[in-house]
Amino acid sequence: MEIPKSFLGYKRENGRVGTRNYVVILPVDDISNACAEAVANNIKGTFAIPHAYGRLQFGADLELFFDTMIGTGKNPNVAACVVIGIEPKWTKKIVDAIKTTGKPVEGFSIEGAGDIKTIMEASQKAQEFSQWASEKQREECPLSDLWISVKCGESDTTSGMAANPAVGNLMDKLEPLGVHLCFGETSELTGAEKVCASRGATPEASKKFMKTWSDYNDFILKEATNDLSESQPTAGNIAGGLTTIEEKAFGNFQKIGSRKFIDVLTPAEEPKKGPGLYFMDTSSAAGECLTLQAAAGFNIHLFPTGQGNIIGNAIEPVVKLTGNPNTAVNMKEHIDLDVSKILKGEMNMDQAGDELIKTTIRAANGRLTCAEVLGHKEFIMTKLFRSA
Amino acid sequence: MTTDIIIHDEKDNVGVVVIEKITPNQDCSCWIMENNGNVKIKSLNEIPLGHKIAMIDFKIGDTIIKYGHDIGKVVQDIKKGEHVHVHNVKTKKW
Repeated sequence: MEIPKSFLGYKRENGRVGTRNYVVILPVDDISNACAEAVANNIKGTFAIPHAYGRLQFGADLELFFDTMIGTGKNPNVAACVVIGIEPKWTKKIVDAIKTTGKPVEGFSIEGAGDIKTIMEASQKAQEFSQWASEKQREECPLSDLWISVKCGESDTTSGMAANPAVGNLMDKLEPLGVHLCFGETSELTGAEKVCASRGATPEASKKFMKTWSDYNDFILKEATNDLSESQPTAGNIAGGLTTIEEKAFGNFQKIGSRKFIDVLTPAEEPKKGPGLYFMDTSSAAGECLTLQAAAGFNIHLFPTGQGNIIGNAIEPVVKLTGNPNTAVNMKEHIDLDVSKILKGEMNMDQAGDELIKTTIRAANGRLTCAEVLGHKEFIMTKLFRSA
Repeated sequence: MTTDIIIHDEKDNVGVVVIEKITPNQDCSCWIMENNGNVKIKSLNEIPLGHKIAMIDFKIGDTIIKYGHDIGKVVQDIKKGEHVHVHNVKTKKW
């Protein structure tokens, strides 16, 4: 198949391109959720991203909180952003950082004004942003403007045979075209960590990966009361035939095809070394991983599943594929691409990769994904430790 | 010819069932993805879709190879053709 050279995206002020054109109402903290949701309810063409944190965090946990909030606002899928927090200081910090992209952003703080006045003022700004964004048109953009993140979930043995290597095939075909790519899931590479480290494009990248994985493993050994057998593999994984974390890891690892990663990112860190494949240190919990990848600026996500994970994301469209013929039928409404024919020998990996490229470009062009039409807008903050 | 079992790598000593299930004493066709080879095996148990079958006899302490890599240790003897899963294989990680 000849790979299309372009897709239709929204060009942003800073040169990045969005696959979506959202106007987001972003609460800074838990107690500002009600206000943000009221604004989103008032003003059509907007939505709020409620979450559970943003108070009394400190140290590295606070830094990650800011990186996640700011990165979410900066993501090119977001056209404009209203930020609402209880206090002006943290609200302003987030607004100022999002503003560096050049996109319209305005902050409101509730303390001293109350919910009702804040809702009124923020709604007026949200209306202005919503109508402004509604006039934005999709334009032809080179494929290199796609930033594709990947993560698999509710995996079974079909994931390692079909859906994950199909993603790997897509990576092998798109990386030479200058696409940014990202995989994560530090815990789910356990058992394949040495093989993964050997896929660093440079000795520094390999070393950085091993340090990230070892730090994670030390944390697990310190916190675990017994071992991870109850959660890795999960009950769903075991029902699907996966026996050990090593087996799951080698299946997971098929997602990067024969690519090498050029750098290792901290959670939510924006890639800075140009096009290519990046590894990000993330949890393997889908909601947390996708939220971090979206905050790093990725604009479309590929999610292979075996037993049927149904995750979506607040700002990043999630394209789901499965190699499990039962899941493809029983959970049809969640599956954007069925590659289970690979198991029957009726589809080869080259064809599966091509089909996935077509599905990905259609979603990037604006076709709603299954997760989007079903209303999945998960946004899950990664918390490093308890708040003060 | 339909494929009942897929083997990822020629070094693998287990295969994965890719039809709804295989029944005891079924003569199964296996396809080796890596080199496009074919082998046969007779099953001893009923094994569902996505679950593994032993391609050789194993003793306690032996290593299971899948994707050409070590994926765990045998904790209960396994006969060629038997179901391989959490009842007879454990991780080496913890």
